[in-house]
Amino acid sequence: MITKEIREQFPILGQEVNGKPLTYLDSAATSQKPISVIETLAHYYKNDNSNVHRGVHTLGTRATDGYEGSREKVRRFINASSTEEVIFVRGTTTAINTVASSYGRANIGEGDEIVITPMEHHSNIIPWQQLAKETGATLKYIPLQADGTISLSDVENTITAHTKIVSVMYVSNVLGTINPIKDITEIAHRNDAVMMVDGAQAAPHMKVDVQELDCDFFAFSAHKMCGPTGIGVLYGKKQLLDKMEPVEFGGEMIDFVGLYDSTWKELPWKFEGGTPIIAGAIGLGAAIDFLEQIGLDEIEKIEHELVEYAMERMSTIEGLTIFGPRNRAGLVTFNLDDVHPHDVATVLDTEGIAVRAGHHCAQPLMKWLDVTATARASFYLYNTKDDVDALIEGLKTTKEYFGHVF
Amino acid sequence: MSSNLDQLYRQVIMDHYKNPRNKGVIEDGSLTVNLNNPTCGDRIQISMDVEDGKIKDAKFDGEGCSISLASASMMTQSIIDLPVDEALRLSKVFSDMMQGKEYDDGDLDLGDLESLQGVSKFPARIKCATLAWKALEKGVYEKDGEQQ
Repeated sequence: MITKEIREQFPILGQEVNGKPLTYLDSAATSQKPISVIETLAHYYKNDNSNVHRGVHTLGTRATDGYEGSREKVRRFINASSTEEVIFVRGTTTAINTVASSYGRANIGEGDEIVITPMEHHSNIIPWQQLAKETGATLKYIPLQADGTISLSDVENTITAHTKIVSVMYVSNVLGTINPIKDITEIAHRNDAVMMVDGAQAAPHMKVDVQELDCDFFAFSAHKMCGPTGIGVLYGKKQLLDKMEPVEFGGEMIDFVGLYDSTWKELPWKFEGGTPIIAGAIGLGAAIDFLEQIGLDEIEKIEHELVEYAMERMSTIEGLTIFGPRNRAGLVTFNLDDVHPHDVATVLDTEGIAVRAGHHCAQPLMKWLDVTATARASFYLYNTKDDVDALIEGLKTTKEYFGHVF
Repeated sequence: MSSNLDQLYRQVIMDHYKNPRNKGVIEDGSLTVNLNNPTCGDRIQISMDVEDGKIKDAKFDGEGCSISLASASMMTQSIIDLPVDEALRLSKVFSDMMQGKEYDDGDLDLGDLESLQGVSKFPARIKCATLAWKALEKGVYEKDGEQQ
């Protein structure tokens, strides 16, 4: 599929914003949705809506088939060894919190270490801060190199025999850094620690193989990969999940309930208390179909070309600072001298260009970069060089505008 | 370039951003308050010298965008020498102005603040303009709480 055909699948992209054609460069915050996903959700609610795993009736069977069918699609998408290892959750945040609450509380004690990095999203910092406070464990950070990458010797030096959990993002939502997850996992395992991966910015953009990575937990969100909001996935190795206690108790997740004691369903359902996110899961399945039809390798190629082109053109703008390493995923975080990123984003918005401005849920990283906020343009499969050109023109306009008003 | 944008970034706003009035900290001020805008990372500190219910002096410090810093600068300018309750009344008028509501400034002098009117056309930026005022209100109410 060429980009024009891809773009036609996204009805939202056809509109004008503030009298200009929409240039959507905020897919790292959330991606747009193709018509196939939108129609799958509508079709489900129009035709199949019912609760899962209980009804004897036909609609109940259809809903269950759709929900569990999506679980199989996710299993294949990340190459998990079985659907027992695929848990539907609200999103990456819930997935990480589930591991911190369940695995963390049972396996972490005083004197133990939890290892993360300063580039993490708040969702991969705060659950560990809380766990460390509750248990008396120490939270340690793998230091960053000047270019915003991680060196394996620092990983070796930070992870010790006391380390019980290592949790690192695959791709940075600010720097675009692609972390050497497989190597970090190997070092974690050598020290008998488990490895959790925040895959929120990876799963939408590149082929992920959890068995190849050998990570113990992997989390991602559907809404960043053309799926609906409110649904995500926690992958965990079966032997770990088997031993873990559920975090939420109630309907759907039980085997037998007595007055004073109850037992849980088998995996993965023991972690899915309450009526699950049925439509969301089915929508995620449709998003996976869509991405696989184009191919993750092709998507990675599209984004790589765009980010290379954007870096090249942006580096010609005087007074523009780009944060992060040369080799990166499909996003560029930047600041313009003397113009606050909010002001950049506001001027770009009047040109129909949507970028993110702020701390990107990474305040420790902002501190490390010694800025309070930054602007970010992020690309996805539906973006084109025309979008990059619009951004460059918009940035020039911003500079002229603020140069003029000062 | 849209005229809305020119309304948002009027000369007087840019002047306050580039040449902030009353920037700094009153070291022995009777009232100091910090407020963050957690969605964007902006930080503002307002320090004031309040005597007999009147704001004798006010300064602001912090980091933020042009709108939030210009608004803070203008605010300090307009509340110095104002009784605290009038400053709160001005805060209400300003808040109504930001939300595009009808506002009655009566005997209050809006001065440069009127130049921020254009912000109401940019819903995403209203919080930037009101941050300093929220800090002022927080400071006054916390102080009241202490005294009661």
